[in-house]
Amino acid sequence: MRRRIEDNVALSLIWGGAGMTILFLAWMLWHILSNGLSHVSWEFVSSAYTTIGETSGIFSMIVSTIYMVVLSISIAAPIGIMTALYLTEYAKPGSQLVKIIRFCTESLAGIPSIIYGLFGMTFFVVTLGLGFSILSGALTLAILILPVIIRTTEEALIAVPQSYREASYGLGSSRIYTIWRVILPSAMPGIVTAVILSTGRIIGESAPVFLTAGMVTRIPESVLDSGRTLTVHLYKLTQELFTVNEWNQAYATATVLIILVLAINLLTKLIASRFNKAAY
Amino acid sequence: MNKFDVKELDLHYGDTHALKGINLPIPEKKVTALIGPSGCGKSTLLRTLNRMNDLIENVTIKGDVKLEGKDIYQDRNVAALRMKVGMVFQKANPFPMSIYENVAYGLKAQGIRNKKVLDETVETALRSAALWDEVSDRLNSPAFGLSGGQQQRLCIARTIAIQPDVILMDEPTSALDPIATHKIEELMDELRKKFTIVIVTHSMAQAKRISDKTAFFWMGELVEHGDTEQVFTAPVDERTRGYVNGDFG
Ligand SMILES: Nc1ncnc2c1ncn2[C@@H]1O[C@H](COP(=O)(O)OP(=O)(O)OP(=O)(O)O)[C@@H](O)[C@H]1O
Ligand SMILES: [Mg+2]
Repeated sequence: MRRRIEDNVALSLIWGGAGMTILFLAWMLWHILSNGLSHVSWEFVSSAYTTIGETSGIFSMIVSTIYMVVLSISIAAPIGIMTALYLTEYAKPGSQLVKIIRFCTESLAGIPSIIYGLFGMTFFVVTLGLGFSILSGALTLAILILPVIIRTTEEALIAVPQSYREASYGLGSSRIYTIWRVILPSAMPGIVTAVILSTGRIIGESAPVFLTAGMVTRIPESVLDSGRTLTVHLYKLTQELFTVNEWNQAYATATVLIILVLAINLLTKLIASRFNKAAY
Repeated sequence: MNKFDVKELDLHYGDTHALKGINLPIPEKKVTALIGPSGCGKSTLLRTLNRMNDLIENVTIKGDVKLEGKDIYQDRNVAALRMKVGMVFQKANPFPMSIYENVAYGLKAQGIRNKKVLDETVETALRSAALWDEVSDRLNSPAFGLSGGQQQRLCIARTIAIQPDVILMDEPTSALDPIATHKIEELMDELRKKFTIVIVTHSMAQAKRISDKTAFFWMGELVEHGDTEQVFTAPVDERTRGYVNGDFG
């Protein structure tokens, strides 16, 4: 009888927790979407931002966001994947260098992102003279996402069955060939996940981005131009919410961000399941 | 003529003394069975023959392992050694690729790209592994779709494809049912004509059926070795007699 009651209590707590999570998520989504969706139009998405007139849009922010994502990932992914490969396939487990790298990635992961912004601003923007630019921003964000990429990739590599390695080395193949033909393909879903998690992170950051890439609302013509990402834009908009129109713009931008993030999540699932099938 | 000559071989995993002063000749184009209770060092010895122990941390090896008179631990070219001394593992471990790609893997790793050479080698290897008739119409389908026994024969084919002199097998049938086991044993009867085979097995019956030579290990020591016939019917050592009669183990 007591067991019964305990079970029921536990069950209702679990259900309560799960229900609460869903409720909050649904509530927040509904709040943003119901306020924003009606203001998202083709025009809003495709026209330039102006502070005067009615047809202000977010096109340049979308472009800046895409630049930022692509550039940060192309800097961080190769470095992160190579590091993870070094840690799992080359380094002796427990060696001094491995410990140092682990310590670095763990510490990096725990640092508040604004500190990356501060560092990026002094180092990339000023010292290297890259100015407030997409490049400065991407370099800063690349450091910021490196721990996630290394960790997630490492986990994916560790999960590759040891028997694949034995089989490959047993046939006299080299380490590079084994990595290329067997290990990387098997770890691919994990690596894709790493990249997509980082994409979400890049899209979501504001402080380290505007401290390094600035807030210029024009479409950047090169990576050395400043640019304003969607999240930075939303941050900026929320700083000065006076008119109804400004509120509407903020909600509409938030809506676009949410749709973007949901789309990325969906894409992750899709790609991961593709890879799972491809790997039989 | 001996293919391998193991002399005074000592192997430690960290502090564990896994092989103690092993002296074992392994004759060419014969089947040598390694038997003994669990943990006595059979797999360890097998894996010294193609230096698979190199993949494990903290292994120290003393003594000689000579392949055709040359010490394999002096020669730095481990890849060449492993092409000459192929290995089949306890659990079939095909790659997550097609049947064709699995068999062609070793050749491609050597940089061979010629389609005709690859096709021919894949067919020959699959025929030698008695698998061709079962898979010839689905070479491009995933290897994981094969049964356990077929997968193990695929792994044998994959090893044959690199044209080794020696095939090492670590309990190749322990995960298979009697029929699949029988197929592999039949196959080994063919393979013994072309290859030197060293097999670890827990089955006395299997050792008796398929091997020419038997070596009995006991807690890291090689207790006794000789013709299979003699080891099973007239063992010299007390422990061997106990083990082959099934008194313990
Ligand atoms: N990677 C390893 N690290 C440390 N010790 C090991 C390792 N592999 C094997 N050993 C130890 O070495 C000894 C011999 O192991 P081995 O695997 O060669 O035995 P085996 O005769 O093949 O046993 P089984 O019949 O169970 O496969 C055992 O005591 C085992 O615990
Ligand atoms: Mg074993």
